[in-house]
Amino acid sequence: MSDTSTDNTSISTSVPLVQMTDVGKSYGAVRAIKGINLTVRAGEVTCVLGDNGAGKSTLIKIMAGLHNHNEGTMSISGVETTFASPRDALGAGIATVYQDLAVVGLMETWRNFFLGAELVGSKLPFSGLRVREMKEIADEELRKMGVVVKDIDQPIGTLSGGQRQCVAIARAVYFGAKVLILDEPTAALGVKQSGVVLKYTAAARDAGLGVVFITHNPHHAYMVGDHFIILKLGQTVLDKRRDEVELDELTRQMAGGDELTELSHELKALGGMTNAIRTLDADLNIK
Amino acid sequence: MSQETRVAPRVTPSDASNRVTLGWSHRLLRRPDFAAAVAAAVILVFFLVVAPSFRSPDSIFTVLYQSSTIGIVAVAVGMLMIGGEFDLSAGVMVTTAGLVNALFSYYLGVNLIIGAVISLLFCLAIGFLNGYLVMRTGIPSFLITLGSFFVLQGANLGVTKLVSGAVSSPDISKMGGFGVLSSFFAGSFVVGGVTVWNTVIFWILFVAISGWVLQRTRVGNWIYAVGGNAASARAVGVPVRRVKIGLFMTVSFLSWFVGMHSLYRFNTLQAGNGVGNEFLYIIAAVVGGTLMTGGYGNALGVAIGAFIFGMTSLGIVFAGWDPNWFRTFLGVMLVLAVLMNLYIKKLSTTRKVG
Repeated sequence: MSDTSTDNTSISTSVPLVQMTDVGKSYGAVRAIKGINLTVRAGEVTCVLGDNGAGKSTLIKIMAGLHNHNEGTMSISGVETTFASPRDALGAGIATVYQDLAVVGLMETWRNFFLGAELVGSKLPFSGLRVREMKEIADEELRKMGVVVKDIDQPIGTLSGGQRQCVAIARAVYFGAKVLILDEPTAALGVKQSGVVLKYTAAARDAGLGVVFITHNPHHAYMVGDHFIILKLGQTVLDKRRDEVELDELTRQMAGGDELTELSHELKALGGMTNAIRTLDADLNIK
Repeated sequence: MSQETRVAPRVTPSDASNRVTLGWSHRLLRRPDFAAAVAAAVILVFFLVVAPSFRSPDSIFTVLYQSSTIGIVAVAVGMLMIGGEFDLSAGVMVTTAGLVNALFSYYLGVNLIIGAVISLLFCLAIGFLNGYLVMRTGIPSFLITLGSFFVLQGANLGVTKLVSGAVSSPDISKMGGFGVLSSFFAGSFVVGGVTVWNTVIFWILFVAISGWVLQRTRVGNWIYAVGGNAASARAVGVPVRRVKIGLFMTVSFLSWFVGMHSLYRFNTLQAGNGVGNEFLYIIAAVVGGTLMTGGYGNALGVAIGAFIFGMTSLGIVFAGWDPNWFRTFLGVMLVLAVLMNLYIKKLSTTRKVG
């Protein structure tokens, strides 16, 4: 692990692809996130971890152009930006792959691959699609990523969950995304399929993309991450580079570490040392 | 473990081994219009057998004419349903289009062509409003267009009564511009002793355009996408709102077109007409294999659905049966079509190819 993190340090010094400074967002009276600092660099995976409701979704929706932040600044390649729409964000090279809405299930795989960026014959509004070309490109790009679909014409809903995620990732890479945001790509997947998705995440990073990997699984995050941010109730509780943090710490923080320690103390005060508390303590490394 | 993930996957399985060529039966089954085509063939043969007068080319073209009056609007309603929305106001909008044209021109004394253009703009505005309200409020289109259906139905009668004092529009056949519009919208010509109405040609034309747009253009791709999964479509940059509003406006455009046909064919319009037709359009689309929830269907299927409607409505008459049973038959067809679609969709999407 240590040898690989060194070859990213040269890239890290350049202008970050995305730089969020003190970003906050409120929905009416409800404050979803506050004071978030996040940096995405080319060839690095930034992991954003957090429990449900921690503000992960809000954070990526700001980057993806679905929502606007109302505090702080977001700079894209050094230029301060606010996106008006997802199309805007895509135009700036930020592609988002959502866990459950990456693709349109009933549409053919190749149509999904090119959705929103179809190849057409001319600029006229109803000019024909270059169908054969799109099928060939989609097939070739998927093969490059190691995804083999039996028939590029088959509805994408008939592919496995992992394959669908991979099609979405391959699509983002092909269309020249500079930043790839993955929203819990492994949440609904089995062990083997998660592995497949993690491999493509790494492949995208090695291709020079800046990857934002959203997850609540610290193990998955630690396998590919270069930088880790843990959110809790909309605020950052941990922000460390890979060489500053151990998997244990991530796991403990994600498991709600401090709250559990407190809970353990309270339980002890109430009813002495039970087996359950001992187990809890062991998990949390409380001496 | 993490060492391995650092290596970019360079898995390139041999190309030919997993390339699958689908059998013709599977390709056929996967078409949304397959069940409708089979049903149409069965019904056609049935009426050819039981109703001797059905067998002449003349009656076939009468059937095609009957189908076209429903089929033209159904083209747009089908596209809208593929795009995931409903329009219940399409039936009465046909009448609204005709009434606006007739009343405006007659009482202001302007040329009918100007009235027709005003009517077109009016219909497009209603289509836009339907779409805009649906997209803006997030209220299901079923409810929004149910509202506009009632508003138009009431206004058709109310305004006509207010302006003309009767429940039908005045006869416009003596007015300027009638000849041109009449021969365009309600014309017919004779080929080999058979009368062919213009609307049949227009219907075929609109089906062809719709088929091209849906299958072969970027907009078509977007229509399937917004109907199949609007959130995904939006996330990859498809302008969902514009696509859907455009679809509502397409429906109102073709409603206007048929409205013009009704007006210039009969010279006068009953203000209460058109109620219930919105369901015929939806039936044509569903019988033609369009999925109620959106994202699936095609233009040919919707055309076949309308053709089944035309065949049955006239076939029952030709067979000498009580035409009151027609709607019962349509209802049965609808339920059968939905069951068939469900079954075929299951078959074609879950069957493992290869």
